[in-house]
Amino acid sequence: MTRFEPAVLVLEDGSRYAGHAYGARGRSLGEAVFATGMTGYQETITDPSYAGQIVLMTAPHIGNTGVNDEDPESRRIWVAGFVVRDPSRIVSNFRANGSLDDQLVEQGVVGISGIDTRAVTRRLRDAGAMRSGIFSGTDAALSENEQLEIVRAGAQMSGLNLSAKVSVTEQVTIPATAERIGSVAVLDLGVKDSTLRYLAARGLDVYVLPQDVTAQELFALEPDAVFYSNGPGDPAASDDHVELLQAVLHEGLPFFGICFGNQLLGRALGLRTYKLPFGHRGINQPVLDRATGRVEITAHNHGFAVEAPREGVFESPAGFGRVEVSHVNLNDDVVEGLNALDIPAFSVQYHPEAAAGPHDANYLFDRFRDMVISNRSGSSRSLSDQSGSSRSLSDRIETDRDDAALDTPQAATPPAETAHPTDTESK
Amino acid sequence: MPKREDITSVLVIGSGPIVIGQACEFDYSGTQACRVLREEGVRVILINSNPATIMTDPDFADATYVEPITWQVIETIIAKERPDAILPTLGGQTALNAAIDLHNHGILEKYDVELIGANFEAINKGEDRQIFKQLVIDAGADVARSHIAHTVGEAIDFAEDLGYPLVIRPSFTMGGLGSGFAYTPAELIRMVTDGLHQSPTSEVLLEESILGWKEYELELMRDTADNTVVVCSIENVDPVGVHTGDSITVAPALTLTDREYQNLRDIGIDIIRAVGVDTGGCNIQFAIDPADGRVIVIEMNPRVSRSSALASKATGFPIAKIAAKLAIGYRLDEIPNDITKVTPASFEPTLDYVVVKVPRFAFEKFPAADPTLTTTMKSVGEAMAIGRNYSTALQKALRSLEKRGSSFHWDGEPGDKDALLAIAAVPTDGRIVTVQQALRAGATIEEVFESTRIDPWFIDQIVLINEVADEIGSFRPLDASLLRLAKDHGFSDTQIGALRGLSEDEVRRIRYAFGVRPVFKTVDTCAGEFPALTPYHYSSYDQETEVLPSGRRKVVILGSGPNRIGQGVEFDYSCVHASFALSDAGYETIMINCNPETVSTDYDTSDRLYFEPLTLEDVLEVIHAESQSGEMVGVIVQLGGQTALGLAKGLKAAGVTILGTTPEAIDLAEERGLFQGILDVAGLVAPRNGTAVDYRGAVAVAEEIGYPVLVRPSYVLGGRGMEIVYDSPSLADYFRRMDGQGIIGAGHPLLVDRFLDDAIEIDIDALYDGTELYVGGVMEHIEEAGIHSGDSSCTLPPVTLGREQIARVVEATHAIARGIGVRGLINVQFAIGAGVLYVLEANPRASRTVPFVAKALGLPIAKAASLIMVGRSIRSLVESGMLPAADGSHVPMDSPVAVKEAVLPFKRFRTKEGHIVDSVLGPEMRSTGEVMGIDSNFPKAFAKSQEAAYGGLPTKGSVFVSVADRDKRAIILPVLRLQQLGFEILATIGTAEILARNGIAARVVRKYDQGEVSSEGEPSIVDLINRSEVDVVINTPSGRSARVDGYEIRAAAVAADLPLFTTIAQLGAAVASVEAIRDGFDVKSLQDYAIERAERLAVLVG
Repeated sequence: MTRFEPAVLVLEDGSRYAGHAYGARGRSLGEAVFATGMTGYQETITDPSYAGQIVLMTAPHIGNTGVNDEDPESRRIWVAGFVVRDPSRIVSNFRANGSLDDQLVEQGVVGISGIDTRAVTRRLRDAGAMRSGIFSGTDAALSENEQLEIVRAGAQMSGLNLSAKVSVTEQVTIPATAERIGSVAVLDLGVKDSTLRYLAARGLDVYVLPQDVTAQELFALEPDAVFYSNGPGDPAASDDHVELLQAVLHEGLPFFGICFGNQLLGRALGLRTYKLPFGHRGINQPVLDRATGRVEITAHNHGFAVEAPREGVFESPAGFGRVEVSHVNLNDDVVEGLNALDIPAFSVQYHPEAAAGPHDANYLFDRFRDMVISNRSGSSRSLSDQSGSSRSLSDRIETDRDDAALDTPQAATPPAETAHPTDTESK
Repeated sequence: MPKREDITSVLVIGSGPIVIGQACEFDYSGTQACRVLREEGVRVILINSNPATIMTDPDFADATYVEPITWQVIETIIAKERPDAILPTLGGQTALNAAIDLHNHGILEKYDVELIGANFEAINKGEDRQIFKQLVIDAGADVARSHIAHTVGEAIDFAEDLGYPLVIRPSFTMGGLGSGFAYTPAELIRMVTDGLHQSPTSEVLLEESILGWKEYELELMRDTADNTVVVCSIENVDPVGVHTGDSITVAPALTLTDREYQNLRDIGIDIIRAVGVDTGGCNIQFAIDPADGRVIVIEMNPRVSRSSALASKATGFPIAKIAAKLAIGYRLDEIPNDITKVTPASFEPTLDYVVVKVPRFAFEKFPAADPTLTTTMKSVGEAMAIGRNYSTALQKALRSLEKRGSSFHWDGEPGDKDALLAIAAVPTDGRIVTVQQALRAGATIEEVFESTRIDPWFIDQIVLINEVADEIGSFRPLDASLLRLAKDHGFSDTQIGALRGLSEDEVRRIRYAFGVRPVFKTVDTCAGEFPALTPYHYSSYDQETEVLPSGRRKVVILGSGPNRIGQGVEFDYSCVHASFALSDAGYETIMINCNPETVSTDYDTSDRLYFEPLTLEDVLEVIHAESQSGEMVGVIVQLGGQTALGLAKGLKAAGVTILGTTPEAIDLAEERGLFQGILDVAGLVAPRNGTAVDYRGAVAVAEEIGYPVLVRPSYVLGGRGMEIVYDSPSLADYFRRMDGQGIIGAGHPLLVDRFLDDAIEIDIDALYDGTELYVGGVMEHIEEAGIHSGDSSCTLPPVTLGREQIARVVEATHAIARGIGVRGLINVQFAIGAGVLYVLEANPRASRTVPFVAKALGLPIAKAASLIMVGRSIRSLVESGMLPAADGSHVPMDSPVAVKEAVLPFKRFRTKEGHIVDSVLGPEMRSTGEVMGIDSNFPKAFAKSQEAAYGGLPTKGSVFVSVADRDKRAIILPVLRLQQLGFEILATIGTAEILARNGIAARVVRKYDQGEVSSEGEPSIVDLINRSEVDVVINTPSGRSARVDGYEIRAAAVAADLPLFTTIAQLGAAVASVEAIRDGFDVKSLQDYAIERAERLAVLVG
C-alpha cells in the first residue's frame, strides 16, 4: 500500500494538524476556509473567488469522479491550498479524463489529507477564518516555530485586492447562444464560466472585460447592460470598481451583480461592507426571496457581506434613490441581495449560476434579461426619470401577505407597471 | 402560512404488523407524527393493529385504536371520533391503501374529512404507472422504454430496437410468472412463445433492461409555498436488479459529479411538483447508465418510506416530524432545525461523514427459499453505521449485523478467483464478502466490476481494506500508527486480533497502552457550520471529541440491533420505555443502537444517542467516553434482546456495572444443569431431557426419554434449528441438515427434550425486585405446545385455564425468579400436559410479549423494570402510582380479551424453481410481526386478530379440509359447525370418509398428487384454490417425515392469500369467530379501556 509522506496544516493561532502530503509538495499559504458542498469539488477549486484561500472540504471523500474538461469554472485551479480527509485512490466516472490528484500536482497546488477536517472546521467556525499554511515535502521538515512565523507573515484577506490576479487581461467576447436581445459588459473580477454561459443563453453578447477597464472604454462598447462578477478579495479595497459602477448607474444602464458584484453594488450605493466571521461556503444555504416569500436553496462562497437595513425601503446614501434588501439568508439574516427601486440595478450575494450547487436561483438571469429588454424598449428607470418608479418589493409583500406588518419607512408610490418580470423557472 | 386553525383533530393511520418491506421504520415515523401533532395542540386519534409498536402506547395519542386497518373499521372510528383530517402518509403502503379505499368508498366525503400530507390526486399520480410515466417524461426525464408484443415476430422487431438483454413480462400472470431476462434472440423466442401462452390476454411486455445500472434515491420535502428541499441522496452499492431494501446503500451519494447530482435534483423537484405533494415528503428512485450517464426514473412514493427513516437517521433531519408539521399547514422556513435550533428546516443537510446501511436476511429460517436477491424485497431488517469515511462505515455496518461471516475476513486461502467471481455475479446475502475474497484471490477491480456491476469506486474501497489488512498482518510492529491506520478503516479489535494471532482482549490492551481510542463526532445536519445542540454521536479515530461533560447520573441502555426474526420492534419498545422512565426519574439516559428503523435511534428519545454497533468493543468505548464525567450508574442489558444480553459477561469482565439481573444469574437460566437445580429446589419439573454432541448420543437420549423429542441447538435465537422429531430416521435426517453449519458440537451441545403432545403452552411476563413478584400477564397459547411462542397466537387473559392453574403458574414463576435472582423482568414458558405443569424455559429479560401485555392490560412493565434495575422496589412503584395495585395475575371477568396473532412471510419466499416455501408452523420461529385484536370476548378478539393479520375470515363460502389421522377425531365438531353456518365442505377422500360417517356431507376433491387435471377433467384441490373456488383451507401435516404431504395445498393457499389453518386449535378459535363477526366490528380505544379498568378497580376497592 502507498506510503504516506508527512504534511501539516498550521493555523495562525498556532493549532497544527498533522496529515499526509496531497497534490503538489512544498508550501501553500492563504486564508483557511471551509466549504460544505458534498458535490462539485472540481467547480470549487476552479472558482476564482477562492484565490488566495486554503479551502477545506468538509465532505470526507474527494476526487471520486476525477476531473473532466466540462466542469471547470475557469481556466485553472485557484485555491491556494486544498485540505481533504480521504482523497480518492481511483477515478470512477464516464466523463472523467484525469485524476484530481494529478491535476493538483500539475498546477502546483499543495494540499493535505488525512487530518481531522471536522476539528479544523469547528476551529474556524468558533475562531473565524484565519491565515494558514500547508507544509509538505522539504517544508514539512521546518520547525514548528518557523512554520508558524511563515503563516503569520502571510497576507490578511481584509484590505486585499485580488482582482488583477484573476481577471482576463484583454477583452474576450462570447456571442449570444440564443436569439440576440443585446449585449452585456461583464467586469471580470473572477467570473465563472457558468455565469458567462447563462448570460449568453439569455440572448446577450457577452463582452468579458479586464478588471482595470476604464469607464470610457466600457461605454465605447455601447453595451445594453453591465454585469459585475464574483471574485476574491475585500470589496473595501476596490474603490476603482466602485467608481466605475457608479458611472454605469448614473448612465441608467441595467446592472446585475453576483457575489463580489453584490458587495460592489452595495458600496456604489453608499453602503458599508464587512467581513463575516467565517463566511458562507456551501451549496445548501436557505435564502428567502422577500418578493415572493419563497425559499431558495443556494450556492454560497463569500467571506464579506453588505450591511443594510433588513426591513423596508431606504435611501441610497450615495444618491441613487430608493433601495431594498431583496434577499436574506435564513440561517443568520445576512443580506443576500439588493434591489434598487429607482434605477435598473439589482444584485445577489449568492450564486444563481450555481456550479457547484442547486439551480433554484437560475431565474435571476431571466430577470436580468427581462430588465435589459424593458430598458431597451424605453420603460426603464433612471435617476433623471423618477416618474416611472416601480412598485416596490415591500409593497408587494404587504399586499401578498396578510400577516405582513413590515415597516415601510417611506410612503409607497402608486403601483405602476412593474419593472420586475414575473419569475420564470428555467432549467 | 402558519398552522391551520381548521384542523383540531387528526386521525393517524399506522402501518399494521411488521412484514418484510414494511417494518418498524413506520413506528418511528408514526411516533414522531403523533408527538408533533400533540405538541401542536391537535387531538390525535390513532389506528394501528400492531401492539408491539411505541406509537400505540396510550401516551402518544388521545385515542389509540389497536384495531384492524380496514376502511370499514376506520369508518367506524371516524363516525365515533369525527376527526377533521386523516394523515395517511406516515403509515407506509398500508395507510396509503387504506386512504385510497376510504376515498373510493366515499367515506371521506360522507364525513367531510380531509386527507392531509398528500391528497388523493397526488397519491394516484404517484401510484398509477401510466400517469406517472407521462409525468416523468414531461419533467424532461426518461423511463425505461417498453413495447407490448402480441406475436413472436413483433417481439423480435421490438428487440432489434431495444437491444439485448431485455425484460419479458407476460401480462396478467400471477406473481411474475414467466417473466425474466432474454440475452439472445433464441432465448427471446422461447420466452415470448411461453409468455404469450401463459398470458390470458396473449400479450407480453418487452422492456429495456436497466440491470446493472447505478441506482440512487432522493428524499424530498415540499411545502404549500412550493419550497422544496432534497433532504438526502442515497446511493445503492448493489446496482439495479436488487431491491433497494436488500441493497447495501450509502449516504450521501459518492460517485456523482455536481452536474449529475443537480440533474437528479432538478428532475426530483419537477416530479414532486407535478405529482402535487405539497405538504409532505416523497422518495424518488433513479437509475443511471454508468456508460453514458443516461437517467431513468424508476418510481416515486408520495409518502414517508423506509428510505426516509434511513435518511432521517443519516442526516439528523427528522423527515416524519417535519412532514407532520407541513401537513397541518406550516412552511419549511417556519420550522426550526431541531439540531441547531437557530437555523430553519428549509435547507439541505450536508454531511461530513459517510453512512452505510446493510440488510439483515433470514434465509436460514427458510432453507428451501432461493436466496438470490431480486426486485422483491427479502431482508427482515437492517443495520446502519456512521463513519468518517466509507471503509469505516462499511466495516462498522457489517459487524452490526451480528451474523457469523458478515464481516470481512482474511482466514485461510480465499479460494479460486474465477469461482468467486462467478458466485459474486449473482446477488445474494453476503456478496460483499465474496467480492472481498475474490479481490484477495487476485481479481482486479475491472473483473469484479464486470461480474457485479458494483461501481469501481466501491470495489477499490474493498481493495483498500484488503491492503490495510495486509499491513496489519505484516511483520510491522503493532504500534500506534498501525493501530490508527487499522482503526481509520474500521477494523475491529477482533479483526486485528485475527490478523495478528491475538485475542480481541490482547489487541484492546495493546491499543489502550498506546492510547489509541476513538473520539465521538456529532451528526449535526450542517458539517460543523453551526453548533449542534443535540448530542447524536458516532465514533471515529480522529483527533477531537465532541462529547460534552455532564455532572449527571448516567444509565446506558443497549438496544437490540438490526431487526431479525425473533428480535424486532418489541425489544425497541422496552428500550424506549426504559429511557423515558429513567429520564423522568432524573437519570441521564444514553442509548446505544445501530438500527435506523427504530424509535430508540431517534435523537429525541434519550438524552444522548450513540449510533454504534452493539459489539463489546464499540459499547466499551461509549461507556469509557461517558465515564469521563458524571456518575456512570450502569448499563441495562435485559431489554435489548439476545444482542444486549450477550454482551453482559464481557461488560462485567471489563468492570462495567450491569443493572438488574446479574450475568451470573442470567447463566443460571441459560445453563441447563444450573437451571435444573433451581427447579429441583422449587419442586418444579421440566420435560425429561438430555444433551448430546452427535447423532449417536442424540439417539441414545431420545430412546431413553422417549419419542417424540424436541431438539434444539444451545445458544441460538428464535428457535433456530429447533424441530420436533418423531423417530430415529428423522433424527438422522436432522443431523444431515445441520451438518456443517457449526451449530452443534463440543461446547454447543444439542438439547433433546421430551416433546409434550397435546399440551397447552403458557407464557408469563413478570417483574421481580428480590422480594416481590408482580405479574404483567399470563398468556395462553392457542396452538398446542411445539409451535414457537413467537409464531403462535395467544390470548390474554387465558380463556381455558382455571384459577387454580393460573395460581400454580404464578407461584412457579415466583420460585424461579427467586432462584435465579432476577432484578427486573422475567419471562417463563410453561406447558400443562395431562395435568402436570412443566417448565419449558425461563428468560430473565424482556420478552417479545412485554408490549402486548402493556397494551392488553395497561401495565407499563418495561418502565417499571427499568426503575427496579436502578434500585426501586415494586412496592414503591405501586405506592407512587406507576404500577396499579392489582397486577396481571387475575383479570376480572368483565375485562376485555386480547389476542395476539403472528404474521408470517411465506409469500415472500420462493424456491429456485419458483414455488412458494412450505408454511407449516413449527418450533423454529418464522414470523416477522404480530397484531392484536381486543374485544369483549375471545371469539370477537380472535376474529379481529385474523382480520388484522391477513384480511380475515370469510363468513360464507367453501372450506377445504384435509388432516392427519391423529387430528381426525378433533375436527368433527368444528367442521359440523361450519356446515351449519352455511359453508360448503370439501375434503380429500380419507377425511371425507370420516366426516360422512359423522353425518357431515363433504364434496370429495382429488389430491394434487393424483394429477393436476385428471383424465375426466376433474380438478384437483390445487386447481380449485387457484381458481378461487375455495375460501378457507384446513390442512394439518402428519409429522416431519411426511412433510411433503399437503405441501402443494398449503403453498397454493398462501399464494392465493386464503386463511390457512395448520393446527386444530386455530380451527376451533376460528369457528367461534365466524359467528362473532357477522355484524362487523365494534371499536374502543385503549384510553377507554383504561377508564373502564380504573372504574372496575374503584368498585373493587370501594
